[in-house]
Amino acid sequence: MIGSRIRERRVINGLKQAELARRAGISASYLNLIEHNRRRIGGKTLNKLAEILGVAPVLLSEGAEATLIAALREAAARSETEGRAGAEADRAEEFAGRFPGWARLMSDLARQRAELESTVMALTDRLAHDPQLAASLHEVISTVTAIRSTASILADTKPLEPEWQTRFHRNINEDSQRLAEGAEALVRYLEQAPDARSEIMSPQDELHAFLEAHGFHFPMLEGAGGSARIASVIDRADRLETEAARSLARTVLEQYVRDARLLPAGGMAEAVAEHGPDPAAIAAATGAPMPAVFRRLAMRPEAEAGPVGLVVCDGSGTLMLRKPALGFTMPRSAAACALWPLYQLLTQPGAPVRLRLRQGEARVLALTVSEEVAPARFDRPALHRPHMLLLPDPGPEAAGAVREVGVNCQVCPIADCEARREPSILGRSF
Amino acid sequence: MGKKVILIEDERNIIEAISFILSRDGWEVKTHSNGHDAVEAVRDRRPDLVILDVMLPGKSGFDILQEIRDDAELGATPVLMLTARGQQKDREMAERAGASRYMTKPFSNAEVLEAVRDLVGP
Repeated sequence: MIGSRIRERRVINGLKQAELARRAGISASYLNLIEHNRRRIGGKTLNKLAEILGVAPVLLSEGAEATLIAALREAAARSETEGRAGAEADRAEEFAGRFPGWARLMSDLARQRAELESTVMALTDRLAHDPQLAASLHEVISTVTAIRSTASILADTKPLEPEWQTRFHRNINEDSQRLAEGAEALVRYLEQAPDARSEIMSPQDELHAFLEAHGFHFPMLEGAGGSARIASVIDRADRLETEAARSLARTVLEQYVRDARLLPAGGMAEAVAEHGPDPAAIAAATGAPMPAVFRRLAMRPEAEAGPVGLVVCDGSGTLMLRKPALGFTMPRSAAACALWPLYQLLTQPGAPVRLRLRQGEARVLALTVSEEVAPARFDRPALHRPHMLLLPDPGPEAAGAVREVGVNCQVCPIADCEARREPSILGRSF
Repeated sequence: MGKKVILIEDERNIIEAISFILSRDGWEVKTHSNGHDAVEAVRDRRPDLVILDVMLPGKSGFDILQEIRDDAELGATPVLMLTARGQQKDREMAERAGASRYMTKPFSNAEVLEAVRDLVGP
């Protein structure tokens, strides 16, 4: 909202409406309408106002970068949960607007800190859960136990018959050799430990870094024989460092190839040109299943289908694939907002939803559909993966209510939300 | 007539050393070295005490302990659990599963003797 930002900036600068209007050469009542977002504002007036207010015009027209603000709020939320309150999270936008350099530095530091923390956690985890390490340690401890017990028999048992003595000497010799080998193997294993970088990110993070680096689009996998080229795409991806991440990527790319077979690039471009990014029309025209159309729309180049976002979760609500777009923010690790229509499909997989969403400044049209990934059996129900496609908001002239949703509760300003599961740190001033 | 103990453990030289010290202490020792049919071995032997390793080939010591506790005839037999992991979690698991006592490797012979004597009174 340009008007709100102009008003906010004017108040920060301590200017009266009349004073600003006079200096900008417009009437005070016109400025009042602008500030209440009831008049569109043109380039020349905008530039003049920005100049007087001492900010870049783009800051008024677009506001500070949404992701930067979200990152600042997240950093503040973390500090607050750790008992260090005091960051004015509700003024993050103002901060990012006035001091973009400092704000970016702050968000970088917060991100680096989170990464370092997860490195420490990953390393701790590794000590506790690494099966190879556990097996090596078990071997060493077993051998030590045998040696200790045998040595103490040899030392303490008087008299000890010669045949027993010989036998225990032989055992202790055997075990000491095993211990030496076990200890050596352990040292070797610990020295070869993979470098810390690969531990920084979860496999899901690696997968998304990889997908984002490719813009979620893989021209190499289009056309005949795509599946044979998956391996080389993965081999050349330096962002996929762990086997777990490569295996996730393989699954996503295999799906990509299957979708591309159903909806080849040429046909897709034609369908989008004819129907726009309308999944229902494309599905009707091509006969392809809706989830495939969703994925295809989100993973074609932006020049073709425009900005399209996509979220896919599994039956536990865990986000498996996230392609943010249109300013709609998605949490990286924490669970998302329970009001996302995506989650309605968990209880009613057969009831797709079309709904306009408002998330902070972002306005999108959300379409959801669920994909059955495994049919029902008598010992468990069918397995579904809800998909939510995000398209540009058709605007107020389009029918349908708007639902206000958040990112996740911690950084969500919505008051009196019945879906809230933990308090927001933004609450008071909103 | 000595008391009967069955030692369920897969490490050959631990078996040998423990069997030795327990025999010298007057126990009648039988050993068994895999998880699959450990419960049958206990049933056959009707021991006064079971010494049970947690990590066994074929079946976890916790599962074996559970089966012993669920068995109407064997249920009351004292069980001494041996493990190479001293973690609180393992200790709790053993207690929940009904271990009479829990011992972390590497232990000393004296500790083993003290534990078995405590578990099976004179």
